[in-house]
Amino acid sequence: MKKSHIIALLVIAVAVFIIISTAGDASTYVTFSEAREIAARGNDNSIHVVGELVKTSSGEITGILTSSDKLSFSFDMVDENKEVQHVYYNEPMPADFLRSEKVVVIGSFHEDVFVADKILLKCPSKYQETTVNAGI
Amino acid sequence: MIHTFIGDLGHFFAIAAFITGLFASFSYFKATVAKDLSKAASWRINGRIFFLVHAVMIMGVVISLFYIIYNHYFEYHYAWNHSSRRLPVYYMISCFWEGQEGSFLLWMFWHAVLGSILIFTNKFWEASIMTVFTLVQAFLASMILGIVIPGLELKIGSSPFLLLRDVIDAPIFNENPDFVPEDGTGLNPLLQNYWMVIHPPTLFLGFATTVIPFTYCIAGLWLKKYRDWVRPALPWALFSGAVLGLGILMGGYWAYETLNFGGYWNWDPVENAVYVPWLFLVAAIHVMITFRKSNTALKASVILVIAMFVLIVYSTFLTRSGILGDSSVHSFTDLGLSGQLLIYLAVFVLLPLVLCILRWKDLPSTEKEVSTYSREFWIFIGAITLCLMGFQVLLPTSIPVYNSIIESFGGVSNVAPPTDQIEFYTKFQFWFAVVIAFLSGTGQFFWWRKMDKKQLLNSLLPPVIISLLVTVVLMEWLDVYNISFIILLLASVYTVIANGKILIKVLKSSPKLSGGAVAHIGVGLMLVGILFSSGYSEVVSLNNTGMLISRQLDEEFNRENLLLFLNEPKTMANYQIKYKGERLEPTESDGLIHKNDITKIDAFTAVATKDVFFEGRQLYNKNDTIPIHGENIYYEVELTSMEGTKYNLYPRIQDNPTMGLAPSPSIKRDMSKDLYAHVVSRLTREDVEWSEIKEYEISPKDTFFINDYVAKVDGLQRIFELEGVDLTPNDVAIKGYISIEGEEQEYQANPIFLIKDGLVGRIPGEVDDLGFRITLMNIFPDENKFVIGAETRQKDWIILKAMEKPLINILWIGTLVLMAGFGVAVTRRYSEFKKMREKGVE
Repeated sequence: MKKSHIIALLVIAVAVFIIISTAGDASTYVTFSEAREIAARGNDNSIHVVGELVKTSSGEITGILTSSDKLSFSFDMVDENKEVQHVYYNEPMPADFLRSEKVVVIGSFHEDVFVADKILLKCPSKYQETTVNAGI
Repeated sequence: MIHTFIGDLGHFFAIAAFITGLFASFSYFKATVAKDLSKAASWRINGRIFFLVHAVMIMGVVISLFYIIYNHYFEYHYAWNHSSRRLPVYYMISCFWEGQEGSFLLWMFWHAVLGSILIFTNKFWEASIMTVFTLVQAFLASMILGIVIPGLELKIGSSPFLLLRDVIDAPIFNENPDFVPEDGTGLNPLLQNYWMVIHPPTLFLGFATTVIPFTYCIAGLWLKKYRDWVRPALPWALFSGAVLGLGILMGGYWAYETLNFGGYWNWDPVENAVYVPWLFLVAAIHVMITFRKSNTALKASVILVIAMFVLIVYSTFLTRSGILGDSSVHSFTDLGLSGQLLIYLAVFVLLPLVLCILRWKDLPSTEKEVSTYSREFWIFIGAITLCLMGFQVLLPTSIPVYNSIIESFGGVSNVAPPTDQIEFYTKFQFWFAVVIAFLSGTGQFFWWRKMDKKQLLNSLLPPVIISLLVTVVLMEWLDVYNISFIILLLASVYTVIANGKILIKVLKSSPKLSGGAVAHIGVGLMLVGILFSSGYSEVVSLNNTGMLISRQLDEEFNRENLLLFLNEPKTMANYQIKYKGERLEPTESDGLIHKNDITKIDAFTAVATKDVFFEGRQLYNKNDTIPIHGENIYYEVELTSMEGTKYNLYPRIQDNPTMGLAPSPSIKRDMSKDLYAHVVSRLTREDVEWSEIKEYEISPKDTFFINDYVAKVDGLQRIFELEGVDLTPNDVAIKGYISIEGEEQEYQANPIFLIKDGLVGRIPGEVDDLGFRITLMNIFPDENKFVIGAETRQKDWIILKAMEKPLINILWIGTLVLMAGFGVAVTRRYSEFKKMREKGVE
């Protein structure tokens, strides 16, 4: 066997290993009910849930509870199946949170509570405003 | 008033830039394929003229857009969305590229500059490379075109010159179409940092230069100049590698200084999207150098240069199409450009692919098996490692792409990127880095002469032994006991020492050739810096009081954060640490102002109530009016070392009305480590709760205690003028003078007791620093006594988190060394190219 073949085989082996391991470590986007099933099966891996904050008909965000020292907070979030779930986040409310058009929470269910380790926000604000206030 | 002219002009420039770009490409194409020399020459002149006009048009777009931002024409969406009146000019420059259109523009601006340089510096290659170059440029120009093709409803590009009323459907525009907002919504606070003024231009210069080696490669295949394209491409590839690398690291440095996660790299998809092409670029540079030396690896050079540029286009697609929406914190949202971006990507995958297939058989290659003891072999292994390293990052970063591909075929895919990105990427990149470090230490030895087994052992032995010794010393000194860290440390030290040895030798004979050795020393140093600053980063703000900050918070938070009350010292990491109060930032002078030295008139103006000093310098005189940055509050934290030297940290919180709170760290830089601290939380005035009034009946000069502070009434005095109150001769106003002994200084409180029109009024005197409010409750002149009421609140506090980052300076030094190495190499390779050009060969 030629050296170049050995190298080629090695490269393929490493590439396959990378692919398998990426597939193994990849998380999934799920709904809250699926997340609950996963937790019920005793699997405490972190998963992603995509959704929005719960708003009243007049567009106000509801369901946000901030701890008295503002160092942690919890909020209601509605997932793509329209299921509402209360989510805890053990850190201060991220800047832009209330303006986000979409929220991705990464975490898992601990008993009946969804605890987020990380929150990603999709904000219109940074790059696109959606309305103008005559006041400003 | 709506200034429509400047926007129309800008839009015209954008359209003209696109068209002239296409014409330039076509003319250069004709010049390349023309058989007749005079025809070729006249097409070439056409191409030059079109490119020149194109460059002028690009400048026109840039100037128009900047004019709109600079003059606060908020009737334009771009200015309104990205700027505001209070923004200083240097940040207006950052507004320019905060938006997607502006950043395309920045990219095109660099292309315009680089294209001019290419025209001036090339003879033979001009027409062929400029054909490709201007084609790329036309694609970019189409992104800001902003025209709708009638009938098809097809929108091409997104113009930065749209009026606000055309973008946003707000009711106000129905009533008054000429409505212009008073102010813009401002620049993202995180981008209000000087690194954001220089990082994007650097990064985009890096992006823009990557096209140059690609154009040479395509031109080489096209003109069948298979061997000749490498020489002119190499200096540009090196330049690109240097600038792109520098741009990436500046981004990391910005993140380190501005964001509070405590690191310089987060494996965010947007970061990865630049990192991967850079790795391929570095791999391409290595194989190109091999080819220049030994005529091997030509095919690898072609493949890698093309792959590198395709990855640049791919990363543009990733970051700008909105596809990363769910996985990245800071990708752009979709502007409806995804279709255009896909076409761009498809063209630059297919075009080189077809060309390669057509020419592949003609490409010269060596059939001879390379020897294991040759430099070609080891460089090739290194290049493969770099590619795999890139592949490992590319694969998970592209997860959103697989999802949308599957979904576009009607399937369902819900794969998400790994949740702990740092851990996930590190576990691979770490070992790749080890391999790279060992290779770049050893590879350099092959570089200089042919080797056999014995010679190799002889020349490798000394650096290996020295490296082992140095590693053991470092292990002992810095307490490295983790086995994988030891291996990386050894590999990095070995790179530095082995290349150091070569550097010494090269400097004696031909310093011009030292670029490689210097660059590899830089890489070794960077790895050492990364190893310690990330691997041994340690939280030092440990709460060792045994008291919880809050029961509602988890254990880790309570353990790793320090609650600091104003002027109450605690200990942290061999320092005595003390929070000394809020500071404000004047817009016009370099320094910070103590909150107690001024009164605020409005959010953006203050008046000095005494002479204002900052760290020994006088900034303002008493009664000066001081314009301030209304959004920024700095928290002075004093560190006193064991030896008694003091150092002030000023972590910041920016309170932006639209973006919310944005904390930024403050960094104490020492030779061996950085102390990195940011404010996690603070007492806000809205949360203040006052205690019940506690009353004291006392006589003048009596002392009494409020919350353990000694207070004394110095006297009472009748006053005849009181701001905001109209005093008649029948009214009585009495001002109390009360002094309180604080930890740092004596405070004065001046409560006022008022009888007006027979009614009693009381105006309390507040001592902000101590959290007191003192009221004159009642006065009994006959008994020479009076009653004082004191309310207390929680003193001002902040919660601070601090980390130590050991040896982070080695990372920054390593970066500079790497850049210097690139610089030396660029000079050398460019002079080679120039020599050949002057001989008339190129």
